Amino acid sequence: MSNNILRAENVTMQFGGVVAVDNLSLEVNEHEIVALIGPNGAGKTTAFNCITGVYEPTNGRVEFCGKELVESYPHGKMKKQYKGENAGKYTKRLVQTPDKITKAGIARTFQNIRLFSSMTVFENVLIAKHMRAKQNLFTATFRLNHAEEQRMRRESMELLEMQNLAHLKDEIAGSLPYGIQRRLEIARALATEPKLLLLDEPAAGMNPQETQELTDFIGQIRDQYDMTIFMIEHHMDLVMQISDRVYVLDFGKLITDGTPEEVQNDPRVIEAYLGVSEDA
Amino acid sequence: MSKKTNAVISAVLLVALCAFVMILEQVLPSTHIALTVLKKSCIYALVAVSMNLLNGFTGLFSLGQAGFMLIGAYTYGALTIPVADRASVYQYFDGGIIQFSVPVFVGLLAAGVVAAIFAWLIGLPVLRLKSDYLAIATLGFAEIIRAIFQWDKLGVVTNGSNLLRKFPTFNSVMFPLIVSGVCIAVIVLVINSSYGRAFRAIRDDEIAAEAMGINLAKHKRMSFCISSFFAGVGGGLLAMYQTSIQASTFKSAMTYEILLIVVIGGLGSVTGSCLASFLYIACSEWWLRFLDTEMYIGSFKVPFLRSGFRKVVFSVIIMIIVLFYRKGIMGDKEFSPARVYNWFQKKKAKKAGKEAAK
Amino acid sequence: MDFINRNLPYLLAGISVGGQYALIAIGYTMVYGILRLINFAHGDIFMVAALVLVYASASLPLYLSIPLTIVATVVLGLVVERVAYKPLRSAPRMSVMISAIGVSYLLQNLALYVTGGLAQVVPSIPFISDSVQIGSATTKVVTVITPILTIILVFALMQLINHTKIGMAMRAVANDFETSRLMGIKINSVISITFVLGSFLAAIGALLYFTNYPSVVPTSGAMPGLKAFVAAVFGGIGSIPGAVIGAFIIGICENIIKGLGWTTFSDAFTFALLIIVLLVKPTGLFGEKATDKV
Repeated sequence: MSNNILRAENVTMQFGGVVAVDNLSLEVNEHEIVALIGPNGAGKTTAFNCITGVYEPTNGRVEFCGKELVESYPHGKMKKQYKGENAGKYTKRLVQTPDKITKAGIARTFQNIRLFSSMTVFENVLIAKHMRAKQNLFTATFRLNHAEEQRMRRESMELLEMQNLAHLKDEIAGSLPYGIQRRLEIARALATEPKLLLLDEPAAGMNPQETQELTDFIGQIRDQYDMTIFMIEHHMDLVMQISDRVYVLDFGKLITDGTPEEVQNDPRVIEAYLGVSEDA
Repeated sequence: MSKKTNAVISAVLLVALCAFVMILEQVLPSTHIALTVLKKSCIYALVAVSMNLLNGFTGLFSLGQAGFMLIGAYTYGALTIPVADRASVYQYFDGGIIQFSVPVFVGLLAAGVVAAIFAWLIGLPVLRLKSDYLAIATLGFAEIIRAIFQWDKLGVVTNGSNLLRKFPTFNSVMFPLIVSGVCIAVIVLVINSSYGRAFRAIRDDEIAAEAMGINLAKHKRMSFCISSFFAGVGGGLLAMYQTSIQASTFKSAMTYEILLIVVIGGLGSVTGSCLASFLYIACSEWWLRFLDTEMYIGSFKVPFLRSGFRKVVFSVIIMIIVLFYRKGIMGDKEFSPARVYNWFQKKKAKKAGKEAAK
Repeated sequence: MDFINRNLPYLLAGISVGGQYALIAIGYTMVYGILRLINFAHGDIFMVAALVLVYASASLPLYLSIPLTIVATVVLGLVVERVAYKPLRSAPRMSVMISAIGVSYLLQNLALYVTGGLAQVVPSIPFISDSVQIGSATTKVVTVITPILTIILVFALMQLINHTKIGMAMRAVANDFETSRLMGIKINSVISITFVLGSFLAAIGALLYFTNYPSVVPTSGAMPGLKAFVAAVFGGIGSIPGAVIGAFIIGICENIIKGLGWTTFSDAFTFALLIIVLLVKPTGLFGEKATDKV
């Protein structure tokens, strides 16, 4: 498959003696919705953090749109402690801070919502526009960037309208109901104009009705913005309904992948979630 | 109330304030304490707002303000002493090495620029630190700067541990009022710009801000340099106010004092910082002054009143504010005519509601 | 050898002042460990201890005024905690720190008011202010006693923290404030004990420190306080052995710098050292690494 947008290769993340993500390789293709599932503590969020630059992976490499995004190999203390595979395969270190990765076109949301809670809904979205605005401190301070500022405001407003959040634009983000905060977080991520959207448990804490709304919403985002979506999710209804493909992670290792139907019937997946039955 | 009326009324209020100060200056004798308080509070307001930009708006807990003021003060002094007076000021250092002098405004600008350059250099290593560690490191840098400026080897510029004096100063309150006013206006413009929003995003959630593509290192450094620039200008103004400069006056106690002003005014409120500067200076130097002199009512001697009591009462007042009005005067809100108007409207509505209930 | 001989007086002074800083630094580091608060008033409590000794010894014999000083300092530490920090338990950390700065300001101004701005002379305590000959250097007995006493006190403190029930409670609270409250630990009494221990050690520190520098003014506590705090950060704030080692390093370095004739820079050097350590190890020599969960 040549149209993949994100490619992780042998990504391993080791904290002290614990291997949180073990030799993970995966691909996300353009215009796909891919889900990453697995029991609690399987290393899903850690995998996200390796992709978005929050952590530097201990070993492995990540490519985005055919360009190298992250690469690392065990160094320093990890040289001796490294327990994963493929040591020595990678020899380059390329580390980027999360803002660079966002700029490259990967936006994300967080498992425990991280909005700018003292700012308004509108400002939350507007901030995401800051990165791509053509301005500098001087022009911004003395309002010489008027046209640019207007554009940022207009686009943010359009985005809010599209997400049905326009009527809340002057509310303080921290005071909104949980479900709306989640939606706002997605809207904010979209405002960075990404090619790939990473959603970390977007339906966490939602009731069935809200989850259904969110499911439609995610599908809608893909179609409207021609977006590729890679998400971590526990709600199986949601995952089965909209994902094109599913990766299953357990104890840091990829145990299987495939279409939702294939994965659903895979005994290894059932085992990972429910444990091995005594009689078997 | 519309945005436009709000702006117009704010402008009118500002002009009225200037006019009031101007009249005050004509009416009162030039040595009156009110004028001294006004001068000093204008300068403190600028420094407090610059500190608020860093601590209140960017969420960087820095305690280096006194150090940057010191740099500003020295830069201003060293550059503006008239050539003719240099020999007498730098008497132990053969007149110093700077043999020119620049106009006042160039001097103030240079004060800011030099402070900002120092901030940039200090920020490179220090801004990687977090919260308390950042606080103690910046505090440390302020102390280091103070020691360096007292160093004999640099005496040709800083006059060592001797006073710098004879540089141009100001007499009228209008000077610090206008200079501080313009500087604070610029800070407000920064805060309301796209960059100001980025600063506030960093304050609210660093990780989310970074995920939104905000370059943390760059923006923190920016905020640090802007804040230090204005602290430097404030230092220059303070030098003009005090008419002489000595490194030993720029102690960490000065930073604490400014931090107290910022907190009393409200972290994240520019108008709060301005208001608090005036109240702080007025209380500590003027309104409570009677507590320092012994007083008799008839033949009864009022107990406790003697030199130093003013400061005790003052610090008790501060403790009460810190403990019971945690958010300060303004919280993180700004004073604006619209807010006052809305407040009255709400009160009216409440009253009407109560009467309707009857 | 020659170098050591020449610098022996400074080295001794360094060890001595390092021990005194250590006694103050423990107060900072324990309070920080539990409340995550930089107790800016701690240095001023140290100063007040010296003032209490001055006034107590004016009317009482030393064997009474020294215990009185210690008791008064401990009470002051407790009162400060109850009045200025306890009401802010649920407030943001910044508020508590501002409150600490306020207390520091208040104590300094009170001292200014009481002393009338005049420097007070701390009475010399017999025996520890006697002279003693060590190698080629003449010094006061306090120089020898300080490090020994410091080590004994720290040892006792470590025993208390590691082997008693209350010590366990303190470690639990330092580890996780909320959970230990849920586990039924009486948070307030643990915090009080922390302040009692911190103030007690600061009082001992004051007795020793002002034997060498007998004049006390309202700002006398500020610099030693700041240095002790730097020592605590240097060693990794929250860690008691770290604070002690940090304090000795800072005390010795500072005095050697003085010995080299760089007195102007002795304070600055302390801070430079701190910044360098923080840049290499952002949480100090023995500090725990803190990670943000994403």
